[in-house]
Order: sequence, then structure tokens, then C-alpha cells
Amino acid sequence: MNSEIQQFPPSRHSTVSHEQEHGHSEDAHHQENAHHEPNFWQKYIFSSDHKIIGLQYGITSLAFMWLALMLMLLMRWQIAHPGKPVPIFGPVLASILGQPAAGGVISPDLYNSFGAMHGTMMIFLGIVPLAFAAFGNYVVPLMIGAPDMAFPRVNMASYQAYFLGSLVMFVSFFIPGGAAQAGWTSYSPLATSIPTHGQLFWIIGMVLLITSSLLGAVNFIATIIQLRAPGMTWMRLPFFVWAQFVTAFLLLLAFPPLEAASLMQLMDNVAHTSFFLPTGLAVGGNLAHISGGGSPLLWQHLFWFLGHPEVYVLILPAMGAVCEIIANNTRKPIWGYKSLVYSVLTIGFLSFIVWAHHMYMTGMGTKISTFFQATTMIISIPSVIILTCLFISLWGGSIRFNTPMLFALAFLPMFGIGGLTGLPLGFNLSDVHLHDTYYVIAHFHYVVAPGTIFGLFAGLYYWFPKITGRKMNEFWGRVHFVCSLIFMNIVFMPMFAQGMAGMLRRMSDGGANYSAAMNSRAGADVVGGLSDNMMSLHVWILWAAIALGIAQIPFIINLFWSIKHGEKVGDNPWQATTLEWQAPTPPPHGNFEHVPHVYRGPYEYSVPGHDTDFTPQNEPERPVGSKVSLATAH
Amino acid sequence: MEIPYTVKPRPDTGIYNAKVGIWLFLASEVMLFGGLFSAYVLLRVGADEGYWPHGWLDVRLGTLNTVLLALSAITTLLAWVACKVGQFGRFKFFHACTIVLALTFLGVKMYEYHDKWIHYEIKLKDGRFADGHMIASDDTSVTIEGRYVTDEKALYDLRSQGPIPRDEIKISRSDILSMENYGPWHNTFLALYFTLTGLHALHILGGTLVIGYLWGPGSRMWKKDPERFTNRIEVSGLFWHFVDLVWIFLFPVLYLT
Ligand code: HEM
Ligand SMILES: [Cu+2]
Repeated sequence: MNSEIQQFPPSRHSTVSHEQEHGHSEDAHHQENAHHEPNFWQKYIFSSDHKIIGLQYGITSLAFMWLALMLMLLMRWQIAHPGKPVPIFGPVLASILGQPAAGGVISPDLYNSFGAMHGTMMIFLGIVPLAFAAFGNYVVPLMIGAPDMAFPRVNMASYQAYFLGSLVMFVSFFIPGGAAQAGWTSYSPLATSIPTHGQLFWIIGMVLLITSSLLGAVNFIATIIQLRAPGMTWMRLPFFVWAQFVTAFLLLLAFPPLEAASLMQLMDNVAHTSFFLPTGLAVGGNLAHISGGGSPLLWQHLFWFLGHPEVYVLILPAMGAVCEIIANNTRKPIWGYKSLVYSVLTIGFLSFIVWAHHMYMTGMGTKISTFFQATTMIISIPSVIILTCLFISLWGGSIRFNTPMLFALAFLPMFGIGGLTGLPLGFNLSDVHLHDTYYVIAHFHYVVAPGTIFGLFAGLYYWFPKITGRKMNEFWGRVHFVCSLIFMNIVFMPMFAQGMAGMLRRMSDGGANYSAAMNSRAGADVVGGLSDNMMSLHVWILWAAIALGIAQIPFIINLFWSIKHGEKVGDNPWQATTLEWQAPTPPPHGNFEHVPHVYRGPYEYSVPGHDTDFTPQNEPERPVGSKVSLATAH
Repeated sequence: MEIPYTVKPRPDTGIYNAKVGIWLFLASEVMLFGGLFSAYVLLRVGADEGYWPHGWLDVRLGTLNTVLLALSAITTLLAWVACKVGQFGRFKFFHACTIVLALTFLGVKMYEYHDKWIHYEIKLKDGRFADGHMIASDDTSVTIEGRYVTDEKALYDLRSQGPIPRDEIKISRSDILSMENYGPWHNTFLALYFTLTGLHALHILGGTLVIGYLWGPGSRMWKKDPERFTNRIEVSGLFWHFVDLVWIFLFPVLYLT
């Protein structure tokens, strides 16, 4: 685990960026480096520069999120119109996947695959790599005034492991039997009993992805501990860095138990052990040929020991980004910086002791349920504190409503809805009714989709000018925002109602058969049956989901178009205080011209007496006696 | 700008980057093995009465391996100390010892795996069980060195039974209902045994490769940058001590209880 650091000499020429330096360099200074000019492959594919790696992560994860969105649309079609061929895409699917999509109809097996892979891709190949690895890689070293990550080559290995893992996941669609079908949670014994090698691919993919996160997490933490610029004390770190710091710890400590569980499921799969297979397990009506003695509960404990910290991995980086953007666009300091920091640390700690609130219905026992119910209620306190601080920060600000800020503002109520609807799930009494219904689906999508994803969109629009030197188009940004906000809510809001009415998740026909059977038994609206009203919501959701997909097209076009044609801007277009905006644009290899010195906290906006309404962190204190130093002395 | 603190410690934290990295990595390793140990606890507590094996593993071999790893921990430490005081020759000697000890450990482990691999439990049509090491087998019969039992439970608790008879038994294939060797599929104890010690053995192998590299081609760095080389020895040593520590838990959990 020794680290090899610094394969590249730093660029010593202050204003010349790395690319330019190599543009015209066959000259003397080059040879003394004994370092040859990086070609395309070295520079963009096998790069160890944290910014390139961040971009690699960003592009790959966005692609997978788009794919996962497509899978979702296909599933929504099947739910709204069970058994009917999918228009346009149906024949394509049938020709690629064959039997499971025969006639362009999504068979229940295929639905299960899509469901499992939608979840897996969104979470493990989409949001985590985007929120943590992409944003973290690009922004964190810049924000703390570091030249790169602490271990650049480990960083490169992390991306490669991720890429390989995602490739394994992707390929599994095309093997006989198709991709994994047991949900993103891969509960055993179901996962081990389904006759497809998809699960094997899933496990191997997960082991690679977990390895990637571990390498990333070690790197992030070491970087934040060791490479903070002089004067960048812990309480001067931007909140985004704190959020990433805690996220890295969650990944570091919560993922290995899932790796252990994956190894055991792998053994169940290939070595025919019975870690998770109970005695007397019957598969397809026959007694399974296994030694037995395993425990399905064990898988669930190990899975959710990761699973719950994982949901904070999904949300914290977005919260961090939102915090930066709110401070910047309200032009005032964040309200309660210290409360934010202590809350995020508390969340990090508590998130390790709430996992079994996902397992109230497994029969693990009331005493255990009571314990986890208590910790779940306690963990919602720091979450609420964070949200409250961000809301109060808006108070009295002269807010700039640009695209990043719109997304950041929308994040607040959306995350609020998601978080508050978590409370009834956290009480085991009400969860008995709500567990495994669409209510749960609505709950976590509110936190992750209009929550996290909006936070990440905000971040993309906000940091784009640092990456490219140009802003994204504001008008299309707003179109993207408004449409996304509207359709997100039309998609997810009805699911709360459906869930409370009793609609279970993971039914490939949206509950049609089940409802029909129940309703015919004892008239309409008996327990278990769904009214026609509830069932008709499926169609609304389908069209809103399609519209939501279409609403992303302006974003995608905007993203690529603006690289070349966006409005040109300087190093610090948002007049921000944090260090990444004080670096050249785009930051060269090695990031800063000189080691930045930090003299102040991250959010010194509108300091009275200062000539501008923002004071960058690296701006020195003026000599005693000047009006500024009096003003900043508080 | 260059990446700082790659060799020298950062004044306020007191350590250099790679050392932070390895401690973090070890923290995650603790969680990895922690997950597996918790599986051990849960499965053992949930096992059917009388069906958790006792005395299936050879305590003598386990003790030998424990001693080997303990010695290798000492030689690793001495190798690092030798680097610290600038005695490259002594470093070479001590880490050579480490590598030999590690390879011997793996050899003993292989022997133990093999011993389980050729150990069969044979269910007979008359309701009895034959249990022992396979000596020969052909189309019509199998020959084992072992014993017959009538109650399967007798195969589980070997510790309370005194010496186990090892007679040569020839069984006709037509009398056999089913037979299975003591692989990971045989029961949860063996599943845990193979998974836990297998993962541990992979760590030993990985550690040996790293130490072997630093001992061989990697040691050229000593001439150019002894301080950095010493750091590498320290960091790889920390990993090695962790792997030893895992064994200190595995040994009692699997061999002694
Ligand atoms: C802070 C307040 C929160 C509380 C009290 C809470 C509580 C719960 C509970 C009890 C469940 C299990 C429901 C069941 O299966 O019956 C659940 C599911 C879930 N929550 Fe939350 N949650 C909160 C916040 C979040 C956040 C911030 C995220 C993610 C960013 C999140 C993501 C999820 C996910 C993904 C699931 C579903 C997992 C599955 O079964 O597939 N939750 N939540
Ligand atoms: Cu949870």
C-alpha cells in the first residue's frame, strides 16, 4: 500500500498552463525534466491528475445515470400498460435481448433485471461516482489549496476499478439469462436461487466498485488531513470539504462489510456454501441441494450496515454543494457554520447504528426494533439542523437567482419532503404498514432524485466555468430547472398515495393482477386491492417520467455546447471566496501558481467596510489600523 | 506546486502521507474482517444443537503457524529498525527471514487445506456413516482410512471422544447413498473456515509479494532515497502486522473453540 507520488514534475511556469507549456516545447527546460510530452492517452485516459480523473468519473457516471433513466422509462411503460409492447424501443429491445423481450414486451423476468439494474446503476454507478468521486476529485484539492490528491496513482487505479466494475455490470445484460434480478439489495436466498449468472456478474462488479470506493476514500481523507494549504485550519474548511470528508469515512468503513457479504454470496454462488441459505430451503418446489445452516438475516444485516450509511453518502456531497452555492448567491455568510460541521459529523457517526430500520419486518425481534427506532429518530435531528441552517441562511440575503441557485433552492424543500416522510418509516409501528410499498419508493426518491440530483445539477452549473472557462447557457438552464422540478414532483408525489393505499413495490404489472384478484373477492377497496383511481395514476406517472427524460435533453445539449460556445468568463465569475476560484482557469497541472496562504474562513461575504462584497480566503489581513481589519475583527 | 509531505511528516499532524493512507486502509480492513467475524458469530449462535464442529482442525499445525507469523512480525520490525539505523545488510537478512517464514506459513496452510480436501463423509444405505481420508477409489469401491459411526453427531464433536480410530475401510460403491468431501460446501463451519483463512492467506500472499518486491528490485531505492525507502518498509510493515493480528483472532476462533 505504499504510495508512489509525483510522477510529474509540477509546472513551474506560473501563468502558463500545462497544455500550453507543452504546446511549444522542444526546448531546453523540457529535457532537464527527463519527462516526455504526454500524448492523448496519457493525458486523458491514464491520467493521474485529479481534475482529469474527476472529469472521467463525471462523464462515465452521467452516462450510466442516463442509461438507468432509460431502464426506468421501460419499466414505467410496463407498469402502466402491462403486457403491451413498448412503442419504438420494443423491437430494438427484442432484437438485442431476444427471448426476455420477445415481441417488444418486457417480460416479468426482464422487468426484474431492469429494476435491479436501475437501482444498482443509479446508486453505485451513478450518484456515488458523480457526487463523491467526480465532484470530490475535481473540487476538494482546489478548495483546500492542494496541488493534487495525496496519492495520484491510487486515484487513477480507483477510476480504473470503477470503470471495470461498471463494464462488468453492463455486460451482464447480454449474457444468457440476463442481468441480476434480485433488486439492488440482492437479498439472499432469492439472489442465489435465480438461475442466471447475472448475479455472479453483479457480485464481481460490486467487489470492483467497492475496491474503487475504498481507494478513493483513503485518498480523500489523506488529502484533506495532509494537504491543506498553510492557514487552512479545520474550521476554515468550506462545508463542501467537510461533507466530502465525512462521506469518505462512510465509504471507508461501511463498504467493507458489504464486500465481506459479497464474498460470502460469491462463495454461495460458486463454491455452493450456505452462508445465507437456511436449512430446508426449497427452490422451485424442490428441496435445494445444500448443506443449509445459513442465515438470510445475516445478508440483510451486512447489506444495510452499508446501505444506510450509503444513503448519507448519496446526500452529503449534494448538501455540501448546495451550501457553497447558497452562501455564494445570498452574498452572506452561512448561518451556523459550526452547527453544520458538528451536525455532519454526528450524522456520520450515527449513520452506523440505524441500519436495521430497513428490517423491521424481518422478525429480528421487538427489542432490536426499538433500539433502531430510537437511533433513527435521533439521526433525523442533525439532518434537520443542517436543513434549518441552510434555510435561515437565505434570510435577509439579496439573492441572485441564477441556475445553480435555483437548483440549490429547490433542493431544500425537496430534501425536506424526502426526509420528513422518512419519519413514519422509522417508527416500526407505521412501517409495518408502509414497508415495501410505493411509499418507501417515493420517500427515497424524494431524497435522492429531486434532492441529491438537484444538488448535483446545481454543482454542475456552478463549477462548470472553473472547468471550461465558460458559463453554461442561463436560459436553457432555467428551462431544464423548471421542467425537471415540475415533472419530478408529478412522478414521485402520487407514489406516496399509492403506497399508503397498499401498492407493493417490485410488481412488474404495477399490481394489476393482484388488485383484480383481491377486488373480485370482496367488492372494491378491500384491503390489498387498489382502486381504479390509484391504478390510473400509473399512466400519469409514465407520461411525467417521459417528460422528465425529455427535460434532460436541453441540459445535455447545453453541457456540450457550452464547452465551446458558452459565455467566456474569468477566473472567478461568481465572485466567490473559496480557493478553487482563486486558481487559474482551467487549473493547470499542480493547480496553483504558488502555495496559497489562507487567512480567513470560507464565507466572508459582505463584510462591512470591505471594498468588495466578498473576501477570498487567501486575501491577507490588512495592516492593523486600516478600516478593514477593524471590521473583520468582529 | 508539488505534493508536500510525501516523505517528511507534516508538522501539525506529525506523519507523512503514506502512513495516513495505510492506517485508513487498515481501518477498512478491520471492517472487512469484522464483517466476516460477525458472520461467524451469527452462524455459530444459530447453528443446530450439536452440529457445530469441535476439534476438526489440527491445533499443532495452527500453533506452528501462529509461531511462524509471530516470528515474522519480529523480523519485520527488525528490518525496519535496520533501515532506520542505516544497516542495509541487516535489513536484507531480516526481511529474507520474513519472506521465508511467510512462505512456510502458506505451505502449512496448503497442507491443511489438502487434508480437508481428501477427507470424506460417506452416507451409507444402511444408515451408518463412514468418515475418513480417501486412500483409493475406483468404479466399484472407495477405500478410506477412518471409521464407521452410527450417529452423525459423533462426527462433529471430536474433542470429547479421545483418539479417533483410523482403520483402512473398503466400501463398495453400491452401499453408498452419498459422499462429500470436507470442502466449503460441507457445512457452515467449513464455509467459514475456508473463506476466512482463504482471505487471510490472500493477504499473506499479497504482503509477501510487496515485501518481496521491496526486498528485491525495490531495494534499489535505498541508494537514492533511503528515507523514503525506510518509509516504505514501515508502511508495508504496518500492513504485515495487521495481517498477523488477524491470524491471532482466527487461530482461537477456528482451532481452539
Ligand atoms: C433523515 C431522515 C430519514 C429517515 C428517518 C429515513 C428512514 C427510512 C426508513 C425507516 C426506511 C426503510 C423503509 C422500509 O423499507 O420499510 C428508509 C428507506 C430508504 N431511505 Fe430513508 N430515511 C431518512 C433519510 C434518507 C436519506 C437522506 C436518504 C438518501 C439520500 C434515504 C434513502 C433511503 C433509501 C434508498 C431507502 C430504501 C431502500 C430500499 O428498501 O430499497 N433516506 N428510510
Ligand atoms: Cu436507512
